[in-house]
Amino acid sequence: MSKATCSLCQFWQSSIGKKLVVAVTGLFLVLFLAGHLAGNMLIFQGSEDFDHYAHFLHNMVHGWGIWGFRIMMLGALALHIIATIQLTQANRAARPARYESDNTMVASKSSRMMVWSGLTILVFFVFHILHYTVRTSAELAELANHGYNWAMTIAGFQNVLVSVFYIFAMTLLCSHLSHGVASIFQTLGLRSRKTAGAIQTFSKAYAVIIWLGFISIPVAVCFLGYGKEELKEVRAKVAVEKAAAKDGDSCCPKTCSDKH
Amino acid sequence: MSDKLDSKIPAGPLEQKWTKHKMDSKLINPANKRKYSVIVVGSGLAGGAAAASLSEMGYKVKCFCYQDSPRRAHSIAAQGGINAAKNYQNDGDSVYRLFYDTVKGGDFRAREANVYRLAEVANNIIDQCTAQGVPFAREYGGLLDNRSFGGAQVSRTFYARGQTGQQLLIGCYQALEKEIAKGGVEMFPRTEMMDVVLVDGHAKGIVTRDMVTGEVKSYAADAVILATGGYGNVFFLSTNAMGCNVTAAQRAYKRGAFFANPCYTQIHPTCIPVSGDYQSKLTLMSESLRNDGRIWVPKSQDDAAAIRNGKKKPEDIAEDDRDYYLERKYPSFGNLAPRDVSSRAAKEACDDGRGVAPTGLGVYLDFRDAIDRLGENVIRARYGNLFQMYEKITGDNPYKTPMQIYPAVHYTMGGLWVDYNLQTTIPGLHCLGEANFSDHGANRLGASALMQGLADGYFVIPSTIAVYLAGEKPGSITTENPEFAQIEAEVTERLNKLLNINGNRTVDSFHRELGLLMWDNCGMARTKESLELALQRIPEIRKEFWENVRIPGHGDGLNTELEKAARLADFLEFAETMCHDALEREESCGGHFRLEYQFTADSPEVQAGSTQPGEAMRRDEEFAHVAAWEYQGTENKPIRHVEQLEFESIQLAIRSYA
Amino acid sequence: MSKLNLTLKVWRQASQKEEGRIETYDAKDIPIEASFLEMLDIVNERVINDGGEPIHFDHDCREGICGQCSLTVNGIPHSKDRGITVCQLHMRKFKSGDTIWIEPFRAKAFPLLRDLIVDRSAFDRIVAAGGYIDVRTGSAQDANALPVAKTKADASMDAAACIGCGACVAACKNASAMLFVSAKAAHLNLLPQGAPEKDARVLGMVRKMEEEGFGNCTNFYECEAVCPKEISVDNIARLNRDFAIASAREALV
Repeated sequence: MSKATCSLCQFWQSSIGKKLVVAVTGLFLVLFLAGHLAGNMLIFQGSEDFDHYAHFLHNMVHGWGIWGFRIMMLGALALHIIATIQLTQANRAARPARYESDNTMVASKSSRMMVWSGLTILVFFVFHILHYTVRTSAELAELANHGYNWAMTIAGFQNVLVSVFYIFAMTLLCSHLSHGVASIFQTLGLRSRKTAGAIQTFSKAYAVIIWLGFISIPVAVCFLGYGKEELKEVRAKVAVEKAAAKDGDSCCPKTCSDKH
Repeated sequence: MSDKLDSKIPAGPLEQKWTKHKMDSKLINPANKRKYSVIVVGSGLAGGAAAASLSEMGYKVKCFCYQDSPRRAHSIAAQGGINAAKNYQNDGDSVYRLFYDTVKGGDFRAREANVYRLAEVANNIIDQCTAQGVPFAREYGGLLDNRSFGGAQVSRTFYARGQTGQQLLIGCYQALEKEIAKGGVEMFPRTEMMDVVLVDGHAKGIVTRDMVTGEVKSYAADAVILATGGYGNVFFLSTNAMGCNVTAAQRAYKRGAFFANPCYTQIHPTCIPVSGDYQSKLTLMSESLRNDGRIWVPKSQDDAAAIRNGKKKPEDIAEDDRDYYLERKYPSFGNLAPRDVSSRAAKEACDDGRGVAPTGLGVYLDFRDAIDRLGENVIRARYGNLFQMYEKITGDNPYKTPMQIYPAVHYTMGGLWVDYNLQTTIPGLHCLGEANFSDHGANRLGASALMQGLADGYFVIPSTIAVYLAGEKPGSITTENPEFAQIEAEVTERLNKLLNINGNRTVDSFHRELGLLMWDNCGMARTKESLELALQRIPEIRKEFWENVRIPGHGDGLNTELEKAARLADFLEFAETMCHDALEREESCGGHFRLEYQFTADSPEVQAGSTQPGEAMRRDEEFAHVAAWEYQGTENKPIRHVEQLEFESIQLAIRSYA
Repeated sequence: MSKLNLTLKVWRQASQKEEGRIETYDAKDIPIEASFLEMLDIVNERVINDGGEPIHFDHDCREGICGQCSLTVNGIPHSKDRGITVCQLHMRKFKSGDTIWIEPFRAKAFPLLRDLIVDRSAFDRIVAAGGYIDVRTGSAQDANALPVAKTKADASMDAAACIGCGACVAACKNASAMLFVSAKAAHLNLLPQGAPEKDARVLGMVRKMEEEGFGNCTNFYECEAVCPKEISVDNIARLNRDFAIASAREALV
């Protein structure tokens, strides 16, 4: 076992090994985004389906499923970040003297700002978790605690600053993916001259679909007024429920205090 | 004066000489091999192959090269291919035929025994290189492909695209790196050999200059191998790399090694013409272009002049006004006539005032008819990359307008004299590849240079070096011997002398002057007068060089001007030996053409129809020998020794391509 | 014969220990037929005649095959013209009045020696770490005893065309040597002769590459764009895959 462990260290320490980790974790994250987007799109199906979906997620495998999934994704994310930061440090060290006249032949802007787009997305991610999962805002926490996830989401996006930041982050995500998705193929050794074009197109298309999908929600909510009326109704309902709760001890349909 | 030249050719039938020699030679037992050390100077095909192979056998090897990596030696530039008599094509090839072609191609001025051995081991080279992973061209069945090359009547040339030299060198370099990793070879790149050190008359080490730190340092070994390439850069402009030099050979010559046949220089017919006096080197266009291109100049001098000053274009010259001179003079070989023959024909046309390049030194290589016949696509598939290369350099599009070509110095057949064991006249000093004189006679056939370099390095020297080493006590000489300190001091003094001249002319200006003098007087066509003129001018240039060259900077670090100057100083001495050799060889053969010795209409051979007026006239009775020069001091004429060539298997004949 | 008047901005650095700087040179009356290196020869000749020290640069064959020349021209190794080394660049590509920046190949693994000359011996050490087939001279079987599919042989040749100039490293934003290493690995791994040592070769060369201080490939493909032999980044994909397999085999078998 110790030999195998040692090989694992060596693998992690090698540049290709680390890149393979980035690619595999990247693949997880890319697939997660697709799932996340599909779920999010339910927001346009109406509050009932969306809340039902949220309920389902939170109760998979007696509530353990989502935790398992979250830990896996957080692990992947952590590895993705640690590996890329280490790679970036090594890359910086590999060229101590920069060119006085710097120039580029083919490398895309996206590819050259991967680490910056990535770090911005990380900041966004932290905000996003605090915003919708931890729910540091009392109002959103209250809506969620009453089982109104759809309404919580709508309420969150009604904030212009939140939506603008969200759109900005999704734009960087799009840039990150346009290079990242294609890179997964290259790093896993699945790209060849014959498939290069198709992979490039796929990568860009994927990035654009993810971008369009995700920004459609803040755009609809914040700028087109989607869900405004229904949210008002939900808020009224919550007020009623709160009043009722004061009377009896009957609780909200479920609690999800997902703090970690 | 052949007393000093014992070629040590083994007795017995030609076919058995090499086998018998290996059998009769002493061996060094495996346990003892690691006690012996060998210095290899040069890391091209010959040096790299030797260093790697000797290390594999157990010898301790130190290998030196002036480039930043052993992979860059100029063997890399060979495009065409490598010959071997595998007869994979079933077209009647055999070791004997390859041997015969090489001797004939060399105008009967090479040793039969050496050439036969070369032809014999050529097959092993192909096996060896293939096993090393050299990606030779293959047929669809997965077996090796061949092509015909350089006027051979059989397809025996193995090739790797247009980069055969590079691929073979990489194979060799990889073998070398493998041995470096295993600790058998210690590699010294960016290290130039400045002199060879003799102890009791035996070569036991070298003095080098570290080209990065400037340090002058000695290395000792039980034997020294020089594989340092040819001296084509004596002409300044050649197809050689900028760094190619004669220093190692010239230093060895000055220490007592004989220099053989320095006048044999091969001029390649298809190079891009010189375009101005800033030009630093000449670029070879593959000879394969002559398979489809037709060579011509205008019939009239007026048309040529009009082209030169831009009043006419080649397309304006009517078919009847064109002189396809190779097709006219050599109807059966036409545009595929051998290198020396077609080079001379181009020079004749230009000397006649019918050259077409702005300088007057250029002829057309025209693909118009081939494109009409085969279509542009076929021509593109065959020569696309060459056409592209030509266009990059000249700015002309060869699909639309004919290429301009002119002969350029390409390869030097002469070199240090070696015996059958590749040992020079200095015991312990061996010489391989282009640096020695041995196998090509007066002219080298296409695709034979790679063959010879690798034969020497992989298969000959690993056997023959034991002949010398077996008589030596390993490790008996170290750099502590006083001879090393003495020669180190001489080297340092010489470098300091160069640095302190502080004159008014750059190194290149002297090199250009020497090169032009040599090209005009000891180039494609030589005469007694021209050679005497050169012999008078060379010492004058040399004198001015030593008084008036300017080398900026100091010697304690990277100084490219100092490197160039030290090399040029040796060319300035060597050039004289070359002219002496050319002057004394009163005949024309292969790469040595004396205008006085050519057939005329009155010659009985011409009248008998076996050759034509203007062809090279060999004088076998007087000159069927190797001339080997012994140094007598820089200002004195060297002594000419003679090794008579014995032809037992082959009958000397006029080399006719008519 | 037309002539060009140019301004050169050239990196000058006396040695590794000393500070470098950009210096400006007027390059007047440069014939358009000259090659880029001949232009530098002309400038150097004038510098020497004016009592200065010439600009040092590496070069040897001047026909695009030895791989020794190594200049970064206006920020692009071997210039922005594709498929050439800088010795194959000709002055007709420039016009009078142009300013040309000339810098060395920059990477930590290529320590600078003087002016525009760098030490690329790291490449040799990478090859020594596995970039060969271990076959002793004289031990080879007949060359035709082992047929190699033409497609494989051609792909191997494509990779073997690498001249080891280091432009890939110089162009890579990360100073990564992956194109060089992967080309060497592909040349040998694609051939049946190279199969027995494939894993050891891949692991050995990659580890040596890291030890030498090259950066990591992040798939910019600048290397392919500047490669004078236009070697494909497909080789990098192949190396990534082979490395994963070799690592797994090393760990588990």
